[in-house]
Amino acid sequence: MARRGKTAGGPHVRARLVLLGPGLSYLAVLLLLPLALLIGYTVFRRGRFGGIAYEDGSTGENFARITDPLYADVLTGSLRIAAVTTLLALLLGYPTAYAISRLPGRWRTVALVLVVLPFWTNFLIRTYAWIVLLSSRGVVNSALTGMGLIDRPLKLLYTEPAVVLGLLYAYLPLMVLPLYSAIERVDPRLLEASADLGARPARTFWSVTLPHTLPGVLTGCVFVFVPSLGNFVVPELLGGGHTVMVGNLIRDQFLTARDWPFGSVLALALMAFLVLLLMAQAWAGRRLGGR
Amino acid sequence: MIRIHAVTRRFGEVTALDGVSLEIEEGEFFALLGPSGCGKTTLLRVLAGFEAPDSGTVALDGQDLLGVPAHRRPVNLMFQSYALFPHMNVEKNIAYGLAREGLARAEIGERVAAVLATVGLTAQARRRPHQLSGGQRQRVALARAIVKRPRVLLLDEPLSALDKQVRAEMQLELKRLQHQVGITFLVVTHDQEEAMSLADRIAVLDRGRVQQVDTPVDLYRHPRGRFVAGFVGANNVFSGRLLPSGGLDVPGVGVLPAPAGDTAGLVGVRPESIRLAAGDADASLHGAVVDISYFGGSSRIAVTIPGLDRPVLLTVPGPATVTSGARVALSWDPESAVLIETTGDTP
Amino acid sequence: MRRATLLPLWLTYVFLYTPVVVLVVMSFNRSDSPYEWSGFSTAWYGTLAGDDEVLRGLANTLIVAAGATALSTVLGTLLAVGLARHASRSRLLPALSVLPAVLPDIVLAIGLLAFYSLVSATLGLHSVLLAHTVFGLAFVTAVVRTRIAHVDPSLEEASRDLGAGEATTFLRITLPTLAPGIVAGALLTFTLSLDEFVIAFFTAGPKDPTLPIVIYSMIRFGVTPEINALATLLLAVSFTMVIAAQRVSRLTEAL
Repeated sequence: MARRGKTAGGPHVRARLVLLGPGLSYLAVLLLLPLALLIGYTVFRRGRFGGIAYEDGSTGENFARITDPLYADVLTGSLRIAAVTTLLALLLGYPTAYAISRLPGRWRTVALVLVVLPFWTNFLIRTYAWIVLLSSRGVVNSALTGMGLIDRPLKLLYTEPAVVLGLLYAYLPLMVLPLYSAIERVDPRLLEASADLGARPARTFWSVTLPHTLPGVLTGCVFVFVPSLGNFVVPELLGGGHTVMVGNLIRDQFLTARDWPFGSVLALALMAFLVLLLMAQAWAGRRLGGR
Repeated sequence: MIRIHAVTRRFGEVTALDGVSLEIEEGEFFALLGPSGCGKTTLLRVLAGFEAPDSGTVALDGQDLLGVPAHRRPVNLMFQSYALFPHMNVEKNIAYGLAREGLARAEIGERVAAVLATVGLTAQARRRPHQLSGGQRQRVALARAIVKRPRVLLLDEPLSALDKQVRAEMQLELKRLQHQVGITFLVVTHDQEEAMSLADRIAVLDRGRVQQVDTPVDLYRHPRGRFVAGFVGANNVFSGRLLPSGGLDVPGVGVLPAPAGDTAGLVGVRPESIRLAAGDADASLHGAVVDISYFGGSSRIAVTIPGLDRPVLLTVPGPATVTSGARVALSWDPESAVLIETTGDTP
Repeated sequence: MRRATLLPLWLTYVFLYTPVVVLVVMSFNRSDSPYEWSGFSTAWYGTLAGDDEVLRGLANTLIVAAGATALSTVLGTLLAVGLARHASRSRLLPALSVLPAVLPDIVLAIGLLAFYSLVSATLGLHSVLLAHTVFGLAFVTAVVRTRIAHVDPSLEEASRDLGAGEATTFLRITLPTLAPGIVAGALLTFTLSLDEFVIAFFTAGPKDPTLPIVIYSMIRFGVTPEINALATLLLAVSFTMVIAAQRVSRLTEAL
């Protein structure tokens, strides 16, 4: 597309308006304005029947509530769950991506499609499937009892590990894809050179492959961590009332308790973590970029 | 026919065109020659209508061209990348420009068929661009521009993307075509061999300024300025003081064969004018062979001379009779040394 | 290939597909309990076909997806071309255009709820449609911009050189060469909208749930085996669409 500055004749301004105008206006009204509203709510109190009590004036008490151990626990718990999920996704995802990259050409596409395919089924139903598997009369327990390994059913459902499992199941493909992309891009000549210099396969992996794929690792971690952190469906369906994450809190504040200001503060906290994470990724990406 | 007057265009801190003035005659095959960054492509885009100059005028047939938007100018451009529309076949690509003129379908069909025959692509009419070879694609690009019968056809580095063999063929093709359709061609190129072989007249540009406008022969025989002397064909340029009795006195080297004169100046001696001296009496320079390049029909020998910072180049027919490292003596006729004129802004 | 290298791959497949297999098998289970098998039956598919709520949810979802896709495609294509042409050196505008895709969906959801409340809008399919367009716009813009980067920038100039004005160039040259990207972006948006739950949950009215919302209610407030049948059907549809998308992308690679 012509990118030069001035051109002879032609109503440039009109073209710019027609092209950029609709999309940017749409985003301004339906993205920026809503975000601005949320930020604005944080300094007001909720009204008696929900809504905002603007007449009370601004206050910082919504921010103070976060430090309440009840809510602080939920925040740290959410970070913990998201982190564990990401770690597990990495531990399972990296060898998987590596294995796919070692397959012969045609099979690679098939293998990738098979990894991604479950991702295209409905998220809720996939989560529901784990209820079937993990409940006290579910498939896992029935199998274990049937094989005589246990007497009484294990409490698998409505626990924190169940939530981690559900999140891992939901977002594993998002870890595998960028990892595969990064592994596949490592120049095979580097690997040959390493082998040529006498390194065994394991050594080549640690010294050559892994460092070169670190940007992909970071991308995959961000892709898993972010949606895990803000999720409320999985903690609700698989965690019961016991495991509450930030997403559940936000949903409750907006739909049940109708305390929008506090809900907005929680959302802001979520966004703050997100921004920190992205900045960390960018910083790490720049440091590794020298390779 | 085309009058370009004092055109200037700056991009931020870079001055792409600095007061460029040129006149191009009708029916000419004209070339803009210069190294990358000299402004030739910018000038081409100004003529096509994709850049507007900061100052200056351009007139076509006496009428202002700059005020006319690109899509209404009787000027067409053959892009370096050919820019063939990938979703249309050859016929539709060529017909595109005619369809924009609102011509009847029958007439469009006739003209497209005629131009396809002219460039020899009638059999490829229904093919898509990705199914064609590089040379074929170029001919489609050419046909697409010619079919509109523009007053001027602009060509942006037309031969740069082709293999050597195809390039030689296309050079002949372009010249033949230009004569056949009689349109004024304006070629932009950095390849001075290309310019010399194609053009009736050449404008040499450097850093946004016109250095010299001449026919290829005059450009080669009488270059003006050190830049043109060194850019158009290989050349040995010596700097010194001309003597009334003839010869160029070069400090630290001696008196070299040159016409008589009185001033300090630059003198250029083409490699083909230099020969290995028969004996010492004949010789003007003594040095050692440092490189020999064999081109089949001729060889180029580079000789280092004490006192000169660059080796002197000479061309001999056939393979070289000396070897690298040999001590040799060089000479040439005084008339072969051409005084390089310098004007105000050609250093 | 050493067997040890492939082991993690098999592990992943077992992990990913066991729940899927369970659902598919259970969909053919005559019994209504997901925990015991009492014979093969396709009865639940029949129940599904007759379930008004599911059918209405499906219809709503299709309406929303189609509308959001159409709107996103138009806005996103224009925006992508505009960014390439007039904002190629800006970093802010491209970041803005991609923001909806990076934001956690719950934040976008509550933000839109706040906005709708501000303008006192009644919630319904239209509010979901507009909401889905926000992230659809981001995806279409991103995909079309990638396509633009691979297209010869001289094509539009060539069109103008040959006598076409801006509008003609856009319709006859720009859009056709961008078509593969536009189609890919549209397909992506459609697929994402079909399955989207969180934003729809917050912005749909009480009377017009989308299919994911219906499924959510079914799971929370009483599980019936219809769900297994629905899951199996959705899986089959996704499978078909993935294959179709592969074919389409191979065809358009020629361009």
